[in-house]
Amino acid sequence: MDSVRYDGERRGHRVPIALKILIAGGFGAGKTTLVSALSEVRPLQTEEILTGAGIDTDDVSGVETKSTTTVAMDFGRITINDDLQLYLFGTPGQDRFWFLWDELAFGALGAVVLADTRRLADCFPSIDYFEQRGIPFVVGVNCFDGSRRFGLEAVRRALDLDPEVPMVLCDARDRQSGKTVLISLVEHVARKRGEPVPAA
Amino acid sequence: MRAELPGHQHEWLDGDAGPVVRPYTLTGGRVRPSADGFDLVAYVLAMPDPDLAAYPELHPEHRLLVELAGRGTPVVELAADLNLAVGVVRVLLGDLLTRGLVAVRQPPRATYLPDNDILKAVVDGLRAL
Repeated sequence: MDSVRYDGERRGHRVPIALKILIAGGFGAGKTTLVSALSEVRPLQTEEILTGAGIDTDDVSGVETKSTTTVAMDFGRITINDDLQLYLFGTPGQDRFWFLWDELAFGALGAVVLADTRRLADCFPSIDYFEQRGIPFVVGVNCFDGSRRFGLEAVRRALDLDPEVPMVLCDARDRQSGKTVLISLVEHVARKRGEPVPAA
Repeated sequence: MRAELPGHQHEWLDGDAGPVVRPYTLTGGRVRPSADGFDLVAYVLAMPDPDLAAYPELHPEHRLLVELAGRGTPVVELAADLNLAVGVVRVLLGDLLTRGLVAVRQPPRATYLPDNDILKAVVDGLRAL
């Protein structure tokens, strides 16, 4: 589809490259909180529409008569420089909205799976999803107030994580802590490409 | 009490799913854009000095999109700015694209991009925040 592409530079406009990072995890694991902590703007919300069967029919009129509903998606933005922006997307929490994940995950740089040690099993589906699709991810163990602290190795065993998948303790409310998680993700992506990012 | 839903009881329609809407009124019932390629983070860029008067069939939302895309804006931000569902915005953008009023720049596919320089820039940028 070259016709829809646009060579912005040639016209004197510089359009940044936007990279997608998914923030996944179980319901209540802190996804929206982490997006809020990291985003340079108040997290924005958009909706995607769910339609009943019939959307895939070949009806040339394309008229949709089934009832529709929407599911909200949180997203935030981090401007790295004039040419580079990160978009953080909180994935919809309920399993039945998973088909939206395919769109979110398409072309994504990678994902952060937030784990809540009080409900560790809630993040299994997210981990399965990214493992099956070969999307690089890190696990952020969100340390809620009063939640029992487990050792990272105990959590890793419980999640049956591949040894190469980084795990980071974090506080989803804290921007610095969230940054550490994102940095560990990007470094992991670079390692998977066989080109480690040199330490600063 | 929820109002009785039209047609079959739909498993998706509950409190979590949000209100039932008829969002495609704006698109004349169309659910698919006339062109593919509107990734959530694809940048939409309006052509300079578009002659919108030549297209009386366009809705105010179309015109607002052209205005918002003047400096280049990702699809998902356009949807948030207009408070419209992404699916609806894609249809409207397709209308603008076929009229040559906007252009789209796709984001890089993770399979072959970003290269290591970009990853390094991201890490450096995050550290500097």
